[in-house]
Amino acid sequence: MESKKEINQTLLDISDLFASTENLTILKGVNIKINSGEIHAIMGRNGCGKSTLSKIIAGHPSYEITSGQIKLCGNDIDSLEPEERAQAGIFLGFQYPIEIPGVSNLEFLRVATNARRKFLKKEELDTFEFEDLVKEKLDIVKMDSAFLSRSINQGFSGGEKKRNEILQMALLEPKIAILDETDSGLDIDALRIVASGIKKIANENTGIILITHYQRLLDEIKPDFVHVMADGKIIKTGDSNLALELEKNGYEWTDEFIKKN
Amino acid sequence: MVNENLVDNIVSEPYKYGFVTEIESEKISKGIDEDIVRLISSKKNEPEYLLNFRLNAFKKWKELQEPDWADLGYEKIDYQDIIYYSAPKQKDKIKSLDEVDPKLLETFDKLGIPLTEQKRLTNVAVDAVFDSVSIATTFKEQLAEHGVIFCSISEAIKDHSDLIEKYLGSVIPASDNYFAALNSAVFSDGSFVYIPKNVTCPMDLSSYFRINSGDSGQFERTLIIAEEGSSVSYLEGCTAPMFDTNTLHAAVVELIALDDASIKYSTVQNWYAGNEQGVGGIFNFVTKRGKCIGKRSKISWSQVETGSAITWKYPSCILIGEESIGEFYSVALTNNLQQADTGTKMIHIGPKTKSTIVSKGISAGRSSNSYRGLVKIGSKAKGARNYSQCDSMLIGDKAAANTFPYIQSQQPNSEVEHEASTCRISEDQLFYLQSRGIEFEEAVSMMVSGFCRDVFNQLPMEFAAEADKLLSLKLEGSVG
Repeated sequence: MESKKEINQTLLDISDLFASTENLTILKGVNIKINSGEIHAIMGRNGCGKSTLSKIIAGHPSYEITSGQIKLCGNDIDSLEPEERAQAGIFLGFQYPIEIPGVSNLEFLRVATNARRKFLKKEELDTFEFEDLVKEKLDIVKMDSAFLSRSINQGFSGGEKKRNEILQMALLEPKIAILDETDSGLDIDALRIVASGIKKIANENTGIILITHYQRLLDEIKPDFVHVMADGKIIKTGDSNLALELEKNGYEWTDEFIKKN
Repeated sequence: MVNENLVDNIVSEPYKYGFVTEIESEKISKGIDEDIVRLISSKKNEPEYLLNFRLNAFKKWKELQEPDWADLGYEKIDYQDIIYYSAPKQKDKIKSLDEVDPKLLETFDKLGIPLTEQKRLTNVAVDAVFDSVSIATTFKEQLAEHGVIFCSISEAIKDHSDLIEKYLGSVIPASDNYFAALNSAVFSDGSFVYIPKNVTCPMDLSSYFRINSGDSGQFERTLIIAEEGSSVSYLEGCTAPMFDTNTLHAAVVELIALDDASIKYSTVQNWYAGNEQGVGGIFNFVTKRGKCIGKRSKISWSQVETGSAITWKYPSCILIGEESIGEFYSVALTNNLQQADTGTKMIHIGPKTKSTIVSKGISAGRSSNSYRGLVKIGSKAKGARNYSQCDSMLIGDKAAANTFPYIQSQQPNSEVEHEASTCRISEDQLFYLQSRGIEFEEAVSMMVSGFCRDVFNQLPMEFAAEADKLLSLKLEGSVG
């Protein structure tokens, strides 16, 4: 799966994806293709299916794919467990990172990093080697090493939780990172730290999906494509100017669009 | 939900200590009456005071009722259908380990408790108890150089009768409760520890209890005395073979700490728990209590309870000495149809006494897991303080967790704090860990160890690692 870099290699290819939870259809035919080196933004109203899409890509067990497929580097991932997807290079930055009492953040990061390294056939890191690595990555999100000895996300502020997500992304070096409203709940300084962290991690081999409501994240990270989602579908795709349009005109037109179709 | 079922499934792990040692044993006939009590005593050539202790206990036992207040359901135990003495046949007097039946040594080898000189654990002295008798005690001579007495209680009854007469039953009198009375009448062996004044025991001491026989009960008795200014760390482990009948285990452990003495007593209990349908397993009715007689003395219980079909156990502290300290750290994991009703009693009698209770219950399968604890502050316990924390974790949706804290205070100038919480391993927590590449089983076990961390931190190093491993084993299995 980790073949040599080709120019514009297709990393993620979602075609005609329908998905449901508890007999409620949420995705109604999503098509999107992410090539290496690209940054995509998905925008849309609450409830349009953005977060669901991200969870389905990561393999959340509550959702069922009823038709269509998701391919990572050409391989259908439908039968893969969430952990196998992560090991293969899919990363989901959560909108609400969950607290896990008692489990040390450092140990968690090490186990996760080694799971990914094992997949990449890289040597697994012992505690000391890992500490060196993680200290280097802490700089990217300007986090203090005190975070490492705490329980996962426990008692973290909203901004700290989001920075911890980006730290995980930095350690796991994913092929595809889906960042679900990573900008929500951040003040302007924290937003800049998070955005600059994402930019440092992104490179010509990775693909990034930013799920957001706001232009301000996109001011920091300029997307190559902007997709507008409504009622479980992508109804419009454009360049970064589309986001500016949305900022100006809002989403009301999407309601009209859905009614018409 | 998909994952809910998986969590349910992964808690079934084959019991790896379930083998039986084929060995000829000497058993007496089933049932209990005064003659049986006399027979046990005579088999052990006991002095008269001990026979009287037993007979008196037997009389009390007949007067007492089997307790039914615990949140436990089981078929009535037929006390006439139990063999009260079973010992592997071997030479009468064993002078060295060379004379011990190799099958017994092999058994303990298999359990990870090698007893022979070449292989034995270097930093822990072990008293190995097989059914009703103590097989061997390692490092006895080395310990004796420090004045530490570590031997089977049968030996102590013969060689240290002054200490036995003074302390046996002084913490848990025969009349204390039904199971303690039964134990006092028929106890067959167990461990004895005496730490002299101002001696820090140079190594950890431990007892390993192995039930082998299917139809005999195990009734061991442990007595630990820590003189002024001394300290000791004691570990206890237990396993049993898999039988489809229930075996009764009713032990008594008494601890005595004098001025400035400290006793740390740690247990990893892994008796056979019965199968997935709840058939078989040990009925574990245990009375453990420590008496902090001395000023600034300290008794600390830590336990990891993972086995037994039924667990009924409340390691307690009676805090008499001024500024004495009692501690109870517990992890109890129940699965399938296991039932545990466990907790502690902290009885504050002296002024400025302090106690800490940290209890973590994990219930999986269709099991039931209750914490039951009493904190009692007596009228003279001015400035006494207690802190209790009782947390329960539920795995799956068919398990039950209960907390029954009792607080009685007769001293206005005292502080009692109680915190309780219940949590469930949530889908979202598991998904979070999985979405970072962590396998499902490992995610569950990380969360369970995380939940138990406060207690594991209190265990001696070797034990903490073992406990962690044991919990993961229990939670490992058939993730499909």
